Amino acid sequence: MDYSDLIEKLLNGNSRAVARLITLVENDIKAAENIVKAIYSHTGNAYILGITGSPGSGKSTFISTITKLFAEQGKKIGIICVDPTSPITGGAILGDRIRMKDNFSLKNVFIRSMANRGQLGGLARATEDAVKILDAFGCDIIIVETVGVGQSEVDIFKSAHTVIVLLVPGSGDDIQAIKAGIMEITDIFVVNKMDLAGSDKKIADVMQMLELRMNYKYESENHEENNMLKLKWTPEIIKVNSITGENFEPLSELINKHRKFLKDSGVSEIYQKNRIKSETLQILKHKISQKVEGLIHSNPTIDEYLRLVMDKSLDPYSMANLIIKLLGIE
Amino acid sequence: MIENRKIKVLVCKPGLDGHDRGAKVLARALRDAGMEVIYTGLHQTPDMIVQTVLQEDPDAVMLSMLSGAHKALCPVIMDKLKENEIDDVLVSVGGIIPEEDKPFLEEHGLKGFYGPGTELKTIVEFVKNNLKR
Amino acid sequence: MTELDESKTLKPTKSERRDKFENLSGIEIKSFYTPEDVKDNNYAMDLGAPGEYPFTRGAYPNMYRGRFWTMRQFAGFGTAAQTNQRYKFLLEHGTTGLSVAFSLHTIYGYEADDEKALGEVGKEGVSIDTLKDMETLFSDIDLSKISTSMTINAPASILLAMYIVTAEKQGHSADKLRGTIQNDILKEYIAQKSWVFPPEPSMRLIIDTIEYCIKHVPQWYTISISGYHIREAGSTAVQELAFTLADGFAYVEAAMERGLDLDDFAPRLSFFFNSHNNFFEEVCKYRAARRIWAKRLKNKYGAKRKESMRLRFHTQTAGVSLSAQEPENNIARVTIQGLAAVLGGTQSLHTNSFDEALCLPTEKAAKIALRTQQIIANESGAADTVDPLAGSYYVEWLTNKMEEEAELYFEKIEALGGVIPAIKANFFQKEIANSSYKYQREIESKDRIIVGVNDFQLREACATPLLKIDEKVGEEQIKILQGVRDQREGKRVQEKLENLKQAAKGTENLMPYIMEAIREYASIGEVMTSLKEVFGEYREDSIF
Repeated sequence: MDYSDLIEKLLNGNSRAVARLITLVENDIKAAENIVKAIYSHTGNAYILGITGSPGSGKSTFISTITKLFAEQGKKIGIICVDPTSPITGGAILGDRIRMKDNFSLKNVFIRSMANRGQLGGLARATEDAVKILDAFGCDIIIVETVGVGQSEVDIFKSAHTVIVLLVPGSGDDIQAIKAGIMEITDIFVVNKMDLAGSDKKIADVMQMLELRMNYKYESENHEENNMLKLKWTPEIIKVNSITGENFEPLSELINKHRKFLKDSGVSEIYQKNRIKSETLQILKHKISQKVEGLIHSNPTIDEYLRLVMDKSLDPYSMANLIIKLLGIE
Repeated sequence: MIENRKIKVLVCKPGLDGHDRGAKVLARALRDAGMEVIYTGLHQTPDMIVQTVLQEDPDAVMLSMLSGAHKALCPVIMDKLKENEIDDVLVSVGGIIPEEDKPFLEEHGLKGFYGPGTELKTIVEFVKNNLKR
Repeated sequence: MTELDESKTLKPTKSERRDKFENLSGIEIKSFYTPEDVKDNNYAMDLGAPGEYPFTRGAYPNMYRGRFWTMRQFAGFGTAAQTNQRYKFLLEHGTTGLSVAFSLHTIYGYEADDEKALGEVGKEGVSIDTLKDMETLFSDIDLSKISTSMTINAPASILLAMYIVTAEKQGHSADKLRGTIQNDILKEYIAQKSWVFPPEPSMRLIIDTIEYCIKHVPQWYTISISGYHIREAGSTAVQELAFTLADGFAYVEAAMERGLDLDDFAPRLSFFFNSHNNFFEEVCKYRAARRIWAKRLKNKYGAKRKESMRLRFHTQTAGVSLSAQEPENNIARVTIQGLAAVLGGTQSLHTNSFDEALCLPTEKAAKIALRTQQIIANESGAADTVDPLAGSYYVEWLTNKMEEEAELYFEKIEALGGVIPAIKANFFQKEIANSSYKYQREIESKDRIIVGVNDFQLREACATPLLKIDEKVGEEQIKILQGVRDQREGKRVQEKLENLKQAAKGTENLMPYIMEAIREYASIGEVMTSLKEVFGEYREDSIF
């Protein structure tokens, strides 16, 4: 299939082309390969923000407000909102767009909703490819928003430049509700709804949690590389009011500060390497699990193995090893 | 091969009509049938609807209209879709659509016209069987 | 005396049509009811005589023996001139009160030539932009002799101002005017969705109208606290009961916070309920509503006057229960629903036309709807004694049960901090979305039968004549509006709007300012835009 027409339109700033290409990368990994090949050299300009928070943290209002701020700064913004797919029906209600009504009228804002399609659906891969498309489209800032409940969502955030987690004053549940993997890679903690009682306590809770954190996000496995790092980043905490816009200027400055850190510290390159590794791993995982699934459903030898396991002559681990042999990747 | 293909549907309330019970019930039913659904909310102008279609690239657009404004608004929506070279999306309007208005709407490219008393599964099947791509 | 065997009432003696019989609120209904089921009832405390606390049996002592309920048929379409014709028709045929349905653009405060009004002008109700339209609407109708109900919410204060000035121009002082404005913004956020401003300034406007009317329009009902729309949006009967009364309590509290005397404003609050399919559930709902309201107003809020504790209500039969298939069947449905409202003690009633699911009512359908009420009133005997169903074991048991279930909801709402916080937390919307989805699934699985729709269907479609609104109405109205703009004094309009904006920023009562503006023929759209600049617009979180 030839996508050159769509890609040309994309590079010329055509919205419909963006949307069509995103649909293609969502649905078809072969198409995704061809499309990414064609546009990869046009990517790398966008700054990617990963934003998450538990339900009730006011994500949509927050994103609306920060988008407006960026738009006023003359930026072109792309927003990808990820919502969960029902594991029972396979369907999804993509309900974030409706909460960002204000941004409809903004010319330079492109909003796209995606369903996570279950854990093995290749969400991370699809989202990363969608990000690339928006990047090639000319977005200065791309916001990826998820509910943060699945492993794939953690993986998406591994390739964001700045990761922001939204918390709310009140119960301590929200810190618990956010998947552990995300807390460890958060760069800025935002306490939303600062007008509510308990916002300072929430800040104190986060600081306490940070003291217990073991890993430093920007560490390399390579000692030498680590020694070359000139600066360190301690996660920042800030409180805001997304409805009144209070403290959004300081927040914007914080984001810029982090952006500068990534550049000046030398972490950028290490980080980019890690991101590429992580991204490629996602693609590999997706391709391999597809192959394996295809194999399991079609290969009669698998039925043999199954019968042996059911008879207890074979165990699942041994069966897995046999399948790996079958695939030829020992 | 489209291995992961899901049907993506937009459920919209054009104009000032605030009766959203049906639209919401339909959105849930479509989700339960395995589709990815975006409900646009109330008070959508034709420009807003077309903007959403441009960005979300749905396979189908379901317009819910119970206020009698369908003859005025539907042609405007269809014209704007055409202007933007969008011709492979199923566009359906339902709600309160008098029999005699259907030919006019059909001429403008709309289909469906499901009203009160329609079973949800009828609409779900209709979407599945009338996609343009 | 033999002991009653409880188990006999629960276990079916023969095979039954269903495993479980449930009413529309999910309450399980037994095979038959006995004195056991109401043994804790005390006549004086729980029922009382009609017109006496706690008003379970009726708002007034002799109810329809004195005067029939008001037959108030909701109407409005096209231009003011067209609706004026329909009102004259209804008055000739025996309607005893007028009820105005407004076009969507009026409801949201957009002028007829606004981009947002495209396609909507004259549909769904009568198009009103300025005082001139109001004058046309009531041309040759003496406002001192009829009572008028206006179904309007966000711009209710503006429409009320226009009504008062129209009457003034007819030579009648405001204290002679009788009628209602719906003016119930809380249920808009919950169900009907025709809000404009956020909750807090909306409440301020409502209390302004209450305060103004106590002084200047003392016979006017300032809010019609509504459950109709909540029910239409998909709630159960118990939810309708609970959410409506909760809204009522919220208004009482807001007015008391303003410093108004409960016994001054409470007598001028009224209610508006739905009358849906399950006959007994509806009757019990109304009785429970009266009892709950009376008890709370007396015990929690300290009402001293009987009039403050008395819940008065208007009923409309359930639009959502009517079918587009075999529309004539709707005449039977409306009759049952109308009868339930009468046996439930409604003060006024609108019966839907049988073509409800197809279009705005034709003259023929509107007439049959009115005749239905006249037949109930004059031929059925239902109006000859008060609260005839009292004492039925089933009815008293179900009334108690509905009161209990409503109290559970009150607790939940209070736990969230009250109605406005509950709205912002999407509590009501979630409940309604779940109930409506459940109902639809029941219909699709044929667990619930709608005759002619999912059972007993005809093979052929029947042709029903429809009321068509000419698309040219929009053009006509725009012409009228432009005419008004040309003739009025633009500068004075601007001046008055500016005054209104300044007052809106403070805490003064806005009614006088609104009246000044509309006197100069400011349009509803212009007044609403000025207020929007101060109050902002509300955005909802769509939940389902």
